Amino acid sequence: MNMRTSWRPTALLAGLVLLTAACGGGTTRSDVAAQQSAAPSAAASSAAADPNAPLKQGLKIAFLPKQVNNPYFTVADQGGIAATKEFGGEGKEVGPSDASASSQVSYINTLTQQKQDAIVISANDPNAVVPALKQARDAGIKVVSYDSDTAPDGRDVFVNQAGAEDLGRTQVQLLAEQIGHKGKIAVLSATPNATNQNTWIDFMKDELSKPEYKDMELVKVAYGNDDDQKSFTETQGLLRSYPDLAGIISPTTVGIAAAARYLSDSPAKGKVKLTGLGTPNQLRKFVKDGTIEAFELWSPADLGYLAAYSAAALASGQITGAEGETFKAGKLGDYTIGAKGEVLLGKPTVFNADNIDDFDF
Amino acid sequence: MRLEPARRWESLILVLLVGVCVWASLGVDGFANASNVSFLLLDTTEIALMALTMTLIVVAAEIDLSVASTLGLSCAVLGRLWNAGLPIELIMPICLLVGAACGAVNGFLVTRLGLPSLAVTIGTLALFRGLAYVILGDQAVADLPPAYTGLATASIGPLPLTTVLVAVLAAVAAVVLHATGVGRAIFALGSNEEAAFFAGVRVKRIKFWLFVACGVMAALASLVYTFRYASARADNGTGLELAVVAAVLLGGVSIFGGRGTLAGVLMAVLLLGVVRNALILADVANEVLNFVTGLLLVASVLAPNLGAVRRRRTPSPVEGNSAP
Repeated sequence: MNMRTSWRPTALLAGLVLLTAACGGGTTRSDVAAQQSAAPSAAASSAAADPNAPLKQGLKIAFLPKQVNNPYFTVADQGGIAATKEFGGEGKEVGPSDASASSQVSYINTLTQQKQDAIVISANDPNAVVPALKQARDAGIKVVSYDSDTAPDGRDVFVNQAGAEDLGRTQVQLLAEQIGHKGKIAVLSATPNATNQNTWIDFMKDELSKPEYKDMELVKVAYGNDDDQKSFTETQGLLRSYPDLAGIISPTTVGIAAAARYLSDSPAKGKVKLTGLGTPNQLRKFVKDGTIEAFELWSPADLGYLAAYSAAALASGQITGAEGETFKAGKLGDYTIGAKGEVLLGKPTVFNADNIDDFDF
Repeated sequence: MRLEPARRWESLILVLLVGVCVWASLGVDGFANASNVSFLLLDTTEIALMALTMTLIVVAAEIDLSVASTLGLSCAVLGRLWNAGLPIELIMPICLLVGAACGAVNGFLVTRLGLPSLAVTIGTLALFRGLAYVILGDQAVADLPPAYTGLATASIGPLPLTTVLVAVLAAVAAVVLHATGVGRAIFALGSNEEAAFFAGVRVKRIKFWLFVACGVMAALASLVYTFRYASARADNGTGLELAVVAAVLLGGVSIFGGRGTLAGVLMAVLLLGVVRNALILADVANEVLNFVTGLLLVASVLAPNLGAVRRRRTPSPVEGNSAP
């Protein structure tokens, strides 16, 4: 039997491992943490902001969404491109067709090569994109994150669609009203690492811990990976595992549409309540046929618009990304940069059968 | 002198590669400079690494579709152990062992239980990825040591360090495949397993170790991947197995085994990388990109087999005459 001899190299490798271990003195997690806290914090941008500087003409601004052909990002990026036309710039949308962690990196590198003036990005993975974004910033490119933030050292400004706290809590409130503050509920999220979804879910859990929700129980957080098919089957799975489910919150446009499609054709239609974040055009027919009572969202077109103006203000030297700086964002008016370089778009809008026809996006 | 089919195919890939490079240098802004070349090479690192051992496996008339999941599992193990406070220098060899174990599972099922590798590795593709999620869940481990993450993106001029790693390992794999008895045995068992067996080739043993090598290489690719993106996650490298198999087939390795060269595969990895890079730089939409890659692949599977298909279609005169 040759198996015995075959294992010799494996034993050798195992020996090497032990040897390395015995040598000790390796790099551990706490070493890295210690180094990072010892290192001086990154100096703020040395260039001074000139609030009166005019917006430069012919700025090249690229929008890099989590994935292209996602209706939400299409609308947001169209809003952004419309803004670049207003101030005489040149906008375009590029990006991967899958919302995976690292596929954005080659796009960032490409945009760096193309010497864009600014990159507006919604990060699939807040950390994986940072090394590439740092290189872009070293090359003089301004970086604005929108929708989903990167780690702070990857960007100059983050345009936040709505306070995470507002969004997380209001979605629970919306659903609680619909199910009479009682029953099992589930969340159908995007990818397990999606920055904003996870923050919202934390606030949902916090909201649920209040006494008025004592009869509501969050039984599962499912992940549809922002993939229509996966979200559809996850919804199916939720209903099968929890036949007495009272409601689902899906804080992602892909998820809520897939869940609505499943529910509208199932006996659970109208009984299992669905709410979350979606676009009116995508969910109009489900609101009309009674699958969904109410859902909410900010205006993605305004988000893209504000991100474009932030990028232009950065590239023109009006702002540097420091707290307290102000700039004008066309028709949306004046904005002030908050803590950690965040710009807040505003409160979300609730859509229901009464008002949904007033919106077209 | 008549070139063997494999050689002719490689020349074609080389011509295509040079052609695309010349076209992109002239027609695409920002293609022909050191930093873009370095990006391009970096982006092909993991695919190139896994394609090396995949070439050997496919030449041996087997396939390993679980490589990307092995990569994910190794990333998950790395993340979990790093969170647990182990030194990274210890975690790295453990990851390689995890890769070896994954390969050994595949190898055992294929060689000892005699199951077809296509079925086995589709199974382990799901199994290893599932295990990765069990180990790391939905976490992303990002606080990795800067010394190592820096190393993975560092370059000497336009040449990334990871490309040097690929080059060294490619040289080793090329020597093994094209200049040693083991290599000849791999070709022999890929062309005709039974004949190879009766000629004294230790068929099962060679295949077993090829699967182990594939697993170790996937784990090595996982280290490069994790450090390059500074992010260890269970879903790292999802779908990469298709890119690897694509490169191997485009490189002229016969899916039926027994034919192919490493040079061809490496050129194919570069060709796919260059096409992708140039098209993205030229602002070509992602759908078109996938379409072009798909077209190249279909062509690569079709072209070398076209002759064979035609021969099969038209009966040879001898057979025709022998009919009563």
